[in-house]
Amino acid sequence: MTEKAADRKPLLSKKIDKFFAGLADAWNFVLRFFKELFVPPYEFKEVIHQCYRIGVESLPLISLTGFIVGIVFTNQSRPSLAEFGATSWLPSLISIAVVRAMGPLVTALIAAGKVGSSIGAEIASMKVTEQIDAMEVSATNPFKFLVVSRVIATTLMIPLLVMYTDFVALIGSFLSVNANEMVSMTTFFVQVFESISFLDITSSILKSLLFGFTIGIVGCYKGYHSSKGTEGVGRAANAAVVMAMFLIFIEELLVLQIVNAIRAF
Amino acid sequence: MREKVVEIRGLEKSFGDLDVLKDVNLELYKGENLVVLGKSGSGKSVLIKIMVGLLKQDSGSMNVLGREISTLKTKELNELRLRIGFSFQNSALYDSMTVRENMEFPLVRNVKNLSKKEITMKIEGLLDSVGLPQSINQMPSELSGGQKKRIGVARTLILEPEIMLYDEPTAGLDPITCGELNALINQVKDEYNTSSIVITHDLTCAKDTGDRVAVLLDGEFNAVGTFEEIFPNAEDPRIKSFYDYNFINS
Ligand SMILES: Nc1ncnc2c1ncn2[C@@H]1O[C@H](COP(=O)(O)OP(=O)(O)OP(=O)(O)O)[C@@H](O)[C@H]1O
Ligand SMILES: [Mg+2]
Repeated sequence: MTEKAADRKPLLSKKIDKFFAGLADAWNFVLRFFKELFVPPYEFKEVIHQCYRIGVESLPLISLTGFIVGIVFTNQSRPSLAEFGATSWLPSLISIAVVRAMGPLVTALIAAGKVGSSIGAEIASMKVTEQIDAMEVSATNPFKFLVVSRVIATTLMIPLLVMYTDFVALIGSFLSVNANEMVSMTTFFVQVFESISFLDITSSILKSLLFGFTIGIVGCYKGYHSSKGTEGVGRAANAAVVMAMFLIFIEELLVLQIVNAIRAF
Repeated sequence: MREKVVEIRGLEKSFGDLDVLKDVNLELYKGENLVVLGKSGSGKSVLIKIMVGLLKQDSGSMNVLGREISTLKTKELNELRLRIGFSFQNSALYDSMTVRENMEFPLVRNVKNLSKKEITMKIEGLLDSVGLPQSINQMPSELSGGQKKRIGVARTLILEPEIMLYDEPTAGLDPITCGELNALINQVKDEYNTSSIVITHDLTCAKDTGDRVAVLLDGEFNAVGTFEEIFPNAEDPRIKSFYDYNFINS
């Protein structure tokens, strides 16, 4: 028993050491991003290219999920509201739920799966095949070209995609409400816009910027620090998704606390 | 005495418990092709990666074009890197870009004020000289191993380096393509006036391209000299086995 504990201890302390070393590494990576963000030369072309890629990669899936989320959420909420004879509140309920929580969360999770993993895999495979070294020896800055451009792109694109998801989800919801409660489009959208506040929209955008940044930086970090060898590529892609999703939920929780504090103020 | 472009003194490098380079001493003279032979894992790639600052030595001196590599700041290192061409063991072409974009990449980022036409002319000229003018719009995934190697060489030549470092240019290629690449290496030396280090375990390549040959064994250079001086009648069994394996039937 005592022997076992003695065996385990160095292993545990090693693990803790490794954890903090990883944390310091990640922190330095984020710092480096902000340092290089403002130093020329700028890779504008690559940023545009990445924005386009992110949009194209995630648009079909986001359209579908957003639409379905809108319909499903409406249909699930209806019976509860009907109990109180309050189905006329459906548009308000849905718009608040979609704009405050579902839109950003659904978009970010899907983008983490689609975009985060592809960034992680791409950069890891460039590292394994020495493409990053090749950039370095040709006196160009691979961090700027690969990391800075991708993180800028995700940070800019996720908020746009979130607005799009919100819109598609509301369309889905409208179709359901229109079919069941015979509410016209104008009535529906007037009610939607009456129920969401300025704070809802700003906090949703700020949250999306944060999610976008997280997806980009985590994907790049996992790719850049992948182990050599082909299995490192798969592992980087996987780790990028898991870590990004985990952080997105934590951030969602934190932002919620902050926004609620502001609301109460 | 000829001018030295690279001078290595007492260089050591280890990874954890693994001592890869123990006491490396070597010089590269201006205008020569120096072939570095050594078995797999002997640290040949590590050596030239230290030369361009991708890895850092533990101790000893690595002097390239008059500069001590380990003391350079990022900016100075980048200026020096422009004068060194590095052809990677597995080509390292950027696989999301076409051949043209691969070649443009270092050019537009390091040479300012080139017109579109000048860039295209430069790229086409280089592709011509490596014998692949028709590949300009292809993706790396559409090229064969030998073609990738050539494009890799062309990409490093675009900045007109003074020193070329070839990491196993002929590994994994058929004998005919090997011959073509050896010819390319010699052509580069004559046309662009470069000094080169060619890493290989292929003795035909060593014989065809090397003005001098250096053999890396157990972390140091045991034999340095012309091919004829070192080989056919080598006494060291490790060097001998190199020769025997390559020319077993001749
Ligand atoms: N970045 C690194 N981290 C840890 N070990 C490394 C690293 N780079 C190389 N090594 C180790 O150093 C040794 C020499 O590697 P190197 O790539 O220089 O061999 P090589 O002589 O080029 O062999 P090959 O002919 O197979 O390319 C190997 O044992 C390798 O595992
Ligand atoms: Mg090697």
